[in-house]
Amino acid sequence: MQNANTKITYKQAMTEAHKEEMLRDERVIVMGEDIVLHGNSELINMFDSKRVWNTPISENAFTGMAVGAAMTGLRPVVDLTVASFTYLASDQIINQASKLRYMTGGQMKIPVVFRCCMYYNLSMAAQHSDRPYSMFMNSPGLKILLPSTPANMKGLLKSAIRDDDPVLIFEDVNLWDQEECVSTDPEVLIPIGQAEIKREGSDITIVAIGATLNIALEAAQILEDQGISAEIIDPRTLIPLDTEALITSVRKTGRLVIVDNAHRTASVGSEIAALIVERAFKSLKAPIQRITTPDVHIPYSETLEALVYPNCSDILAAATVAIAY
Amino acid sequence: MLTTERKLEMYRRMQRIRQFEESLIIRGTEGHLAIGQEAAIVGACMALNDNDYITGTHRSHGHPIGKGAALRPLMAEMLGKVTGICKGRGGSMHFADSTVGVISESAIVGGGIPLATGAALSISVLATDQVSLCFFGDGACNEGAFSEAINMAAIWNLPVIYFCENNHYAMTTSITQSHGQPDIAKRGEAFGVPGVTVDGQNVDAVYQVTAEAVSRARDGHGPTLIEAKTYRFEEHNEGLEVPTPYRSEAEINHYRTHCDPLVLYRDSLLKKGISKRQLSTIKAEVAAEVVDANQFADSSPFPDESSLYDYMYSNPINYPN
Repeated sequence: MQNANTKITYKQAMTEAHKEEMLRDERVIVMGEDIVLHGNSELINMFDSKRVWNTPISENAFTGMAVGAAMTGLRPVVDLTVASFTYLASDQIINQASKLRYMTGGQMKIPVVFRCCMYYNLSMAAQHSDRPYSMFMNSPGLKILLPSTPANMKGLLKSAIRDDDPVLIFEDVNLWDQEECVSTDPEVLIPIGQAEIKREGSDITIVAIGATLNIALEAAQILEDQGISAEIIDPRTLIPLDTEALITSVRKTGRLVIVDNAHRTASVGSEIAALIVERAFKSLKAPIQRITTPDVHIPYSETLEALVYPNCSDILAAATVAIAY
Repeated sequence: MLTTERKLEMYRRMQRIRQFEESLIIRGTEGHLAIGQEAAIVGACMALNDNDYITGTHRSHGHPIGKGAALRPLMAEMLGKVTGICKGRGGSMHFADSTVGVISESAIVGGGIPLATGAALSISVLATDQVSLCFFGDGACNEGAFSEAINMAAIWNLPVIYFCENNHYAMTTSITQSHGQPDIAKRGEAFGVPGVTVDGQNVDAVYQVTAEAVSRARDGHGPTLIEAKTYRFEEHNEGLEVPTPYRSEAEINHYRTHCDPLVLYRDSLLKKGISKRQLSTIKAEVAAEVVDANQFADSSPFPDESSLYDYMYSNPINYPN
C-alpha cells in the first residue's frame, strides 16, 4: 500500500484524513451538528460512540467543550457545519482557544481543529455563504488552513489534527466533487505554513486563495497562449503565511495579482499586498491588484450572485493591466 | 465525614485566601477579591481529589488557593513577574494553575463553563475516575454558554459539577434585577439536572453538598448544579469607584458582622473542641506564607523583553513576520 495513489474527491479526502488519524490516535474525537451528514457517516459506523459526538445546536458551548477536552488530553475535531456558524462559536475560538496557551504561560496546549465549511455560489443567501477566514487572521494564536485540492485537503487536515495548536480549516463546498490522485500512505502529510507553486512563471505572480486556484490555472493557460508567463501560488496556509515564497516570486516577476473569494476589506489579499509593499517594493513593476468579492452581502438571486465572485476574465484583465503598465 | 485534620486544612485554605487578598489591599493592587466567599470556594475544592479539574472566573485568586496551590507563583503572577504561575501572561483574573488541576480562569463571564464540561467529556472518553468542577457567578447563569453546556452534560451524563457562587451581584446589577428565576438551583430542572442550594458561608455544608455531587459524578450519574448563596465583602474590583451605590452599607455590614465564613468556621471548630491555639497557629503560619509570597514576588524579575512571543504557538513557522 505504501506509495500507492488513489483517485478520490475533495470530500472523500476529508473522510480519509479523519479515518486515518482516528485509527492512528485514539485521542482524536469528532463532534458537531448532524454528524451523519457532511461525509462523517462512515465514522459513526467505524468508531465507538465515545469517538463521534452528535451535538445539539449549541455552537458556543460545544466549541468550548472541544477546547476544554483538548486541554485535558483529547484531540477534538469540531465540524462547525457552515462557516458562518463560526460567529456563534467565535468567543470560544478567539477568547479561549487562541489565547489560553499564552495566558497560562504555556501550561496548556490546545490541540483542536475547527472545520468550517464554506457554502457559497449556491443561492443560499448571505447568512450561509460567508468565507470568513480573513476575520480570524486578525486573532493571533490560531492557525488557518485553506485547502484547494483533494491532496491538500487530506494532507493539511491530517497535519491539523496532529498539531498542538488550535487550527481552523476552511473547506470549500464547491470543491467537494473535484477528483485527484492522493497518496494512501497515512504518513503523507502536507506541512502547515508551506505555500505551493502550482505553476512556474516569470512575468507575473498570481496568488490564488483557496478555490480560486482553478480559475487562476485556467487564466495562466490563456496567458501562456498570449506569450505571458504566469506563476501561480497557492498559499494553502494563511496563518502562518509562507511569506518567503510570496516575496521570492514577486522579486522574480515584478507583478502581483491576488485572487480571493472573500470580501475585499481587510482581507488576506490586503495582507499579502501590504507584505509585498513592505518587503519587495523595489521589485514591483506595476501596482498590485486584488480581485475579490466586493463588500456586498451575498444575494439570493442567482443572477445577482453570479456577479460577485472573481472569474477567469477578471484575472486576465488584471494581468493585462499589470503587463501593460 | 471530614477528619479533624481535613477540617483544619479547610480553615487553613480559607485563611490563605483571606490573607493573600488582604495583602493585596494593603499593597493597593487592583484585583477582584473573593473575600467573603472563601467558604463556598474551599468547601467545594476540598470535596475534590488533587487530579480533578476545575475552571473558574475573573475572581480567580481563591480557586487555585482553595485547590491547594502554592502562594508564591500566584503572588508573582499578580505582579506580572516571570516566576508567576502564568509567566506574567495571565495576571489577577487568570490564575490557571495546572499543578492543582485549575485548567482555566476565564475573565469572559461564563467562558469557563464549556471548558469544564469539555474536561468532563475527556474524563468520559478516557474513562478515568476524575470529575470536573466549574465555578461561576450568578451573572454567568444568564450567558448562553451556561444553558448550552449544562444541557450537553445532561444528555451525555458527564462527570461535572456546576458550582454557582451566587454573591447576588453581577458587578453592580442585583440578581433581583436580572434573573427571571433568581433561585439558580431551580434552573437545573429545566435541563434534567438536580439543583441544590446551600449556605455558601458554611464551609461544612458546602463540602457536604459538593461531596455528594462528586460521588454522583464519579458513580456515573452525571452532573449536579449547586448554588452556594454567598456575599462579596469588598467592591467588585478593588480600586473600582462606583459613584451610585447599588447595595446598602447596612447590607454589607450585616454580612461582614454575621456571615463572615472564617469567623463562623472558627466558632464551629472551637465548639467541636479544637483549641484557640491550634487555630491561631494556623493563622500565623498562613501569615508567614503570605509574607514569604510577597517577598518572593517582589524580588522576582519581570519577564525578559525577548520573551514577548513565547507561548503563542507550540511550533511557530515564520512567526512573527
